[in-house]
Amino acid sequence: MAAGAASGGSARADTYKDARGWLLLPSWAVLGIFVLGPVCMMLIYSFLTKEFRGGVIWEPSLAAYDQFFFDRGLFGDEPPKIEWTYISIFWRSIWQAGAATLLSLLIGFPTAYFIATRPENVRPVWVFLITIPYWVNLLIRTVSMKFLLRDQGPLNDFLIGTGLIDSPIHIVNTNFAVQLGLFYSYLPFMVLPVYAAVERYNFSLSEAAADLYASKWTTLRRIVLPAVKPGVVAGCILVFVPSMGSFLAPDLLGGAKNFMIGSLIEEQFKGNAGNWPFGAAASMILLTMVLIILMFSARQQAKADKAGG
Amino acid sequence: MAHVNDNIKAYKGFRSITLLCLVVLYAPLVIVTIYSFNASQSITNWEGISLRWYADVFTGPESEKFKVAAFNSFTIAIIAATASTAIATLAATAMVRGGNFKLRTVSFGLISLPLMVPEIVTAVATLIFFNAIGFTRGYMTILVAHIAFCIPFAYLPISARMQGIEDSFEQAAMDLYATRRQAFTRILMPLMAPGIISGFLLAFIVSLDDFIITNFVKGAGVETLPTAIFGSVKQGIKPNIMAISTMLLSISIVMVTISYFVSKSDNTK
Repeated sequence: MAAGAASGGSARADTYKDARGWLLLPSWAVLGIFVLGPVCMMLIYSFLTKEFRGGVIWEPSLAAYDQFFFDRGLFGDEPPKIEWTYISIFWRSIWQAGAATLLSLLIGFPTAYFIATRPENVRPVWVFLITIPYWVNLLIRTVSMKFLLRDQGPLNDFLIGTGLIDSPIHIVNTNFAVQLGLFYSYLPFMVLPVYAAVERYNFSLSEAAADLYASKWTTLRRIVLPAVKPGVVAGCILVFVPSMGSFLAPDLLGGAKNFMIGSLIEEQFKGNAGNWPFGAAASMILLTMVLIILMFSARQQAKADKAGG
Repeated sequence: MAHVNDNIKAYKGFRSITLLCLVVLYAPLVIVTIYSFNASQSITNWEGISLRWYADVFTGPESEKFKVAAFNSFTIAIIAATASTAIATLAATAMVRGGNFKLRTVSFGLISLPLMVPEIVTAVATLIFFNAIGFTRGYMTILVAHIAFCIPFAYLPISARMQGIEDSFEQAAMDLYATRRQAFTRILMPLMAPGIISGFLLAFIVSLDDFIITNFVKGAGVETLPTAIFGSVKQGIKPNIMAISTMLLSISIVMVTISYFVSKSDNTK
């Protein structure tokens, strides 16, 4: 945004200066009431007492957070020990999201770099090709992935048909399937910011490095990567954050053993067995983690802008 | 920039990885499309080309459920996209043509809130909100939630477009005694049309595609296509699901393609 202001050179247009209150009112009202308000309400609910058939009793309580972090035994009268069940579900979500991010980076970086080094007129076509699948329904994409990877699915049929393997590889219901599903869900979020960064990169720097006898990989590691780092960091965050809270990929591709935060939260609000304050507390913990990551990235971005300008 | 030799820019293997990337992205969709034309009762064996599963979607045992779900999905998507596009257009006008003001950053933060908060958290929060105010879950709750989370998707292309239009056009119109309202509807709106259309289409797709938030706020008995498909897939992938998926993915791809070409057309030059 700072770059836009600088290149524009003139003050911001203000034709509708005195009407802006009215113009902004609908968006403030809708988003304030139906997004920000509910998030605040969720914070309150996480401190209430659970109703056994779903819902809450309006009595303040720390039970939800206590249940998340501490184990007090079956009757709640033992000295508190750390409860690892939910912490490990969060930890697995972080781990899975991290692996999916790494996978996206390993495939997405070369792809973004390749696209950014195409002739200028064909670049948008490449970008478009990469983004099309993103706009296809996430549920349909995840189901398609499951269909393809099944034990009796086309991929295994193909591999057995070509004689590469004798018996089907089990991919569905493994950690790897979930990572693949997350990678498939959010890959464009990696490619687009990296592409934007590489496109702005001045390739004369690579030429200078080559003139000074740097090998191509040294140039990539020491010259290109540091220059496009803000794009890479943005891409990693854009893949990591939605992956961590995702529900469909772990639910459809991971099976019961590969439970992630999304499923833990969903379970609290389904049917009569749920615990609403606990679900609200788990959501708050997830939201807090995401906001910390976003704030960290905003600071990094501000630093990079400063260094760049 | 001086021309840099391609040998210096290019890395061995990057082209293959890009092609691999495209294969991974498209293979599942292509495979499902092919198998949706399978004549076989089972999803594993291939028994020749047929349209029977497409016929099954419209006349089969689950057709009633799909019809109602499709009606819900499309009416919600149309209303939500229209409302969020209107709201986003007004907001973009204030943000891009409203000069500098204190609440700019806050406004932008609020507009992009649905993109920052994880979808499952928005879903939980919305469910809790409707429960707290005692609103029965159903068609209306889905609609309201969709209008809210579609706003940023409509806003981004619209504001990007408006930033590319110099205000000299409106100024000229107003110098020639057009009222500000006329300058908006007769000058700015037509110039922004590509942005507004692509904002509308993106909001439409996002609404049509949503599963997580809909699943939380839909209440008993009301289904949209994604929730109906999810319910069906839980019992295993069936051929009719592949047919309905192929239809939905074709709609998405056609709409994104239209949006791409519309936003590429530049009528300010």
